[in-house]
Amino acid sequence: MNKKYRINSGILFVFILILSFLTACKGSKKAPDEEIQVPMPEDNTAILQDIKQAEKIFNALPSPLESAMLIKSAGARFDEALLNPVTNVNTYVTSKSMALNLGVYTCDLSFASLYEQTQLLIDYMNAAKKMADGLGILKAIEQEDIDRLEENINNSEVIMDIVSQTFMNSNSYLEDNGQPATAAMVLVGGWVEGLYISTQLVDMKELNTNKLVGRIIDQKLSIDILLNLLDSSKGNPAVDELIIEVAKLKNVFDKIKINTSPVRPEFDPASNTTVLKSEVKTDMTPEVFLELSAVVAEIRNSFVK
Amino acid sequence: MRLLKTISLIALFVFALNSYADAQCKAFARKECLPELATYTHDGNYHAAVLIEGEEAELYKTFYSDMEYRVAILGESSLPAIEFKIMDINKNVLYSNKDNKYASTWDFKLESSQQLKLVIKVSSFNQPGDTPASGCVAIMFGFKLKK
Repeated sequence: MNKKYRINSGILFVFILILSFLTACKGSKKAPDEEIQVPMPEDNTAILQDIKQAEKIFNALPSPLESAMLIKSAGARFDEALLNPVTNVNTYVTSKSMALNLGVYTCDLSFASLYEQTQLLIDYMNAAKKMADGLGILKAIEQEDIDRLEENINNSEVIMDIVSQTFMNSNSYLEDNGQPATAAMVLVGGWVEGLYISTQLVDMKELNTNKLVGRIIDQKLSIDILLNLLDSSKGNPAVDELIIEVAKLKNVFDKIKINTSPVRPEFDPASNTTVLKSEVKTDMTPEVFLELSAVVAEIRNSFVK
Repeated sequence: MRLLKTISLIALFVFALNSYADAQCKAFARKECLPELATYTHDGNYHAAVLIEGEEAELYKTFYSDMEYRVAILGESSLPAIEFKIMDINKNVLYSNKDNKYASTWDFKLESSQQLKLVIKVSSFNQPGDTPASGCVAIMFGFKLKK
């Protein structure tokens, strides 16, 4: 009996050892002399076939910084009243509310940073830090980041760099520590906040002329990515609740028409950049815009309440 | 009892090893991939995974007409060349780095906003019988306002 256990644990050890070497970051090609030889079949096609089945899929939503940049580039004004007040920070005690509001506050601080709202920027960075700390995200936003912000308060490039870095610290920590559902909720919070601010900044009188309307319509292109992102964490009760909310948003986006001509890539040697040429026709009625604004506001307000 | 202790120790070892690999992946993305964005502002998103020789990954993202973008895709030196293709929603290939000496970056801008698909493939050393090489592959996006 003991012998059998010893054999089983030996097999288990070899299996885990193989697994460890397959998943470890450093490959073995560079130093063949140091390789630990793991017996492999002569033809590893079947193994590679299995690996292919486990291919990785990334669903990339616009980051809060990108969302804020889109609002600014459309020529929208800054309105502090649209942001989630930092005084709400102590009301978020569940993982779900902290994750969503980490995204919300990161979007708000990106928005404040692009409009050079210096004091607000620091307040919102502190609010985001509180959310990240509450989620147990180590070293996402450190006091030295906030000090660096204060020292470079008039240097927009450094500020954007700090905002981008702190956001990456949070989502990489969550991904690397087996919390993709929380990482997804952070992204959803940021995306919904960007959409909320955008819709609130549109005056119905200028629905046909405001450039921001085009950016709002563009978000239809991300709604399936968002649902796929949430679907990958399906079964998590907080994510399941969000899927229901986002499905309401998809129903409204489905009423917006976007027709794009085939994309033609053209390389511009002068700028060393490829231009993806295409024409687009969109159609969104005022009624659909109002419905979209109302659904977005309902969802966003449920996040920040 | 001894078996339980052995399994616990091995599990701890594997967990520590994977955490180390993930941390290494993050360090690789930050140290090697991020600088490739150069003058573009990193969007703050993190996409990286440990991939094995021959393995494919896909990424879906919306790109906006107001921006200029740079995508940077890098694999650790332990891996063979990383191929990547950018496709539109109709699966038309708009760019392949294989036709550009496996360049690690691509700069582009759009006349109208599009959802694009990136297909990333770790090519193969083509050495049957060898343990497939594995390593971190990082994908990062930078943007700036269109001039």
